[in-house]
Amino acid sequence: MHTFYDFITGPLLWISFLVFLAGSVYRLVYAYMEAKRRDQFVLVYWSWKHVLRSMAHWLVPYNTMRWRTTPVLTAVTFVFHILIFVVPIFLTAHVMLFNQWLGISWPTLPEAVADILAIVVVLCCGYFIWRRWATPEVRYVTGWQDWFMVGTVLVTFLSGVLAYHQLGPYQIMLYLHILAGEAFLVMIPFTRAEHMLYGLFMRGYIASEFGAVRHCKDW
Amino acid sequence: MTKPLTQTDKWRKVEDAGLDRGAARLTPERIEKVINEVIDKETSIRFQAYMRDCVRCGLCAEGCHYFLSRDRDPSYSPVAKMHQTAWEMVRRKGKVSAEFVRNAVQLAHTECNLCRRCLHYCPFGIDTAYVMGIVRRIGNRLGVTPQYIQDTANSHSATMNQMWVKEDEWIDSLKWQEDEARDEFPDLRIPLEKEGAEIMYSVIAPEPKFRTQLIYQAAAIFHEAGMDYTFPATPGWDNSDMAMFVGNNEIMGRLKRLHFETAQRLRVKRIVMGECGHAFRSVYDVGNRWLGWRDSPIEIVHGVQFYHELLTSGRIQVETQIEDLVTFHDPCNIIRGRGLMEQGREVAKAFCKNYIEMTPNREHNLCCAAGGGVINCGPPFKETRVKGNRAKAEQLKATGAKIVIAPCHNCHGGLEDIIHAYHLDMKLMFLGDIIYKHMKKTKAV
Repeated sequence: MHTFYDFITGPLLWISFLVFLAGSVYRLVYAYMEAKRRDQFVLVYWSWKHVLRSMAHWLVPYNTMRWRTTPVLTAVTFVFHILIFVVPIFLTAHVMLFNQWLGISWPTLPEAVADILAIVVVLCCGYFIWRRWATPEVRYVTGWQDWFMVGTVLVTFLSGVLAYHQLGPYQIMLYLHILAGEAFLVMIPFTRAEHMLYGLFMRGYIASEFGAVRHCKDW
Repeated sequence: MTKPLTQTDKWRKVEDAGLDRGAARLTPERIEKVINEVIDKETSIRFQAYMRDCVRCGLCAEGCHYFLSRDRDPSYSPVAKMHQTAWEMVRRKGKVSAEFVRNAVQLAHTECNLCRRCLHYCPFGIDTAYVMGIVRRIGNRLGVTPQYIQDTANSHSATMNQMWVKEDEWIDSLKWQEDEARDEFPDLRIPLEKEGAEIMYSVIAPEPKFRTQLIYQAAAIFHEAGMDYTFPATPGWDNSDMAMFVGNNEIMGRLKRLHFETAQRLRVKRIVMGECGHAFRSVYDVGNRWLGWRDSPIEIVHGVQFYHELLTSGRIQVETQIEDLVTFHDPCNIIRGRGLMEQGREVAKAFCKNYIEMTPNREHNLCCAAGGGVINCGPPFKETRVKGNRAKAEQLKATGAKIVIAPCHNCHGGLEDIIHAYHLDMKLMFLGDIIYKHMKKTKAV
């Protein structure tokens, strides 16, 4: 069984990182080239002043009309998106692995805090799943990809938490955790998780168009 | 997941000659070819990102007046509109049925006003209006467009104006209004073809066709303010653009070019246009891009900006004020399109003693449900518009106002129908109506 563990934390992990990184770079370069070649107004209208002004509103909770309209969802959205970066990057176990392989390390979260934050992510996933199911306008447009995306995050964090607490079959939880995490990395450039790469640019373009052309705020 | 309803016969189909006959002529090969051609050759990264990255969170739903008015029916939300049209076309790589195309075009033409309110509700700023425009473009290239609006596009193509107004009729209408106005202002002229004038005034074709008093009023305001302006006597006088809304970009480009070139031929410094929303969108936002201009090649001033300028510079003065309670409707194309909300309000408030805001207002205001070419799809879709905008009627009613100022022709059409259908006791006015009636008339007899 150790060989399997070595495989998924060795070659498979590096492949996942590579696919994620290369795919992301490709997506971003492709977007720039496409805009330059066939959608020049994206670049022509791009205005950093308006982009930053818009971001200052959209990236701060409750700083737009939209965020204020649905207070609970806003809180969950912000907490979820911040934590799915913070928890994996600053988790002691992950940093130790990096230290082992590459000899680099960085500050980590106290284990108890990381544990609670990971449980918060699981709860956020639960909220998203409930909302997707219970809200007619969301359910109407939900497809298998959406379930798969939130499901992958849920499995990653839930199995991580269970493995940490040694609840359930430890080894299976650990493998599930690693495989789901890797799957999510690979999904980013190829599925709707791509919004991680393009989300800010989409907002940036419309912020520029609204600001520089339409003289109107976009929040 | 509910199956996209546009694929079925049970969908809320409204009979329309343009859609039905157009769809009857389609073949699967042609549909596939045109859809892929438009998507591959005419769209790029923005469209691709909108197709790929929408996370189906449904936050946009509350941005849409159709959704709000139809008891939150999920199929009316902006994301559902993409789900039922463009996404399906892309997902199936153009292999969709004629029935699907017909219904998708009906949806894109009559259940979206391209008002862009949902952009304030989508965290990514996904431009549903742009996507609906692409669906309309696909429909138009396939010969599937609602009959009434197609007729106006044909008129644009043949006469360079929206209402089949012939050249002599245009000149005649102006002379007629000059004649009428000289009873009130003996020295008033409506200048035609005055080269080197400071301003070219352009209107939409419905003005000479059936709202001729607006030309009278504009002439009276120009005269009173002592402005140096001219009307063109040649095609190019009409700034409206239904070709833009049916997705016929080629004709849209011809129209805009002629409009700009007419102003350049007359060597004017700027174009002032009447209180129209969509025409304004077409000259500074859509048509100019098609012609390769970042902005417009000549300064374009909307009626609201112009009246504001006249009032703040003291060229026109307030004589009397309206006593009734007044509210101000923000037209999408000049508010979310150009940020003229404060200028419009300042003009309105100068003439109105009692003023009340609707909520929400300014850039978050609800659309009239007529714009984006929806009212131009004609009588078959009147019910779609009226039932689809109960939210606006409730918003109007809550103000208790007696007068609604709407500085946009399409908004007038849409709000008039709503006021009627929901039995609101309200009167609709343009800013020009108010200014003409309540300004100091120093040159009148």
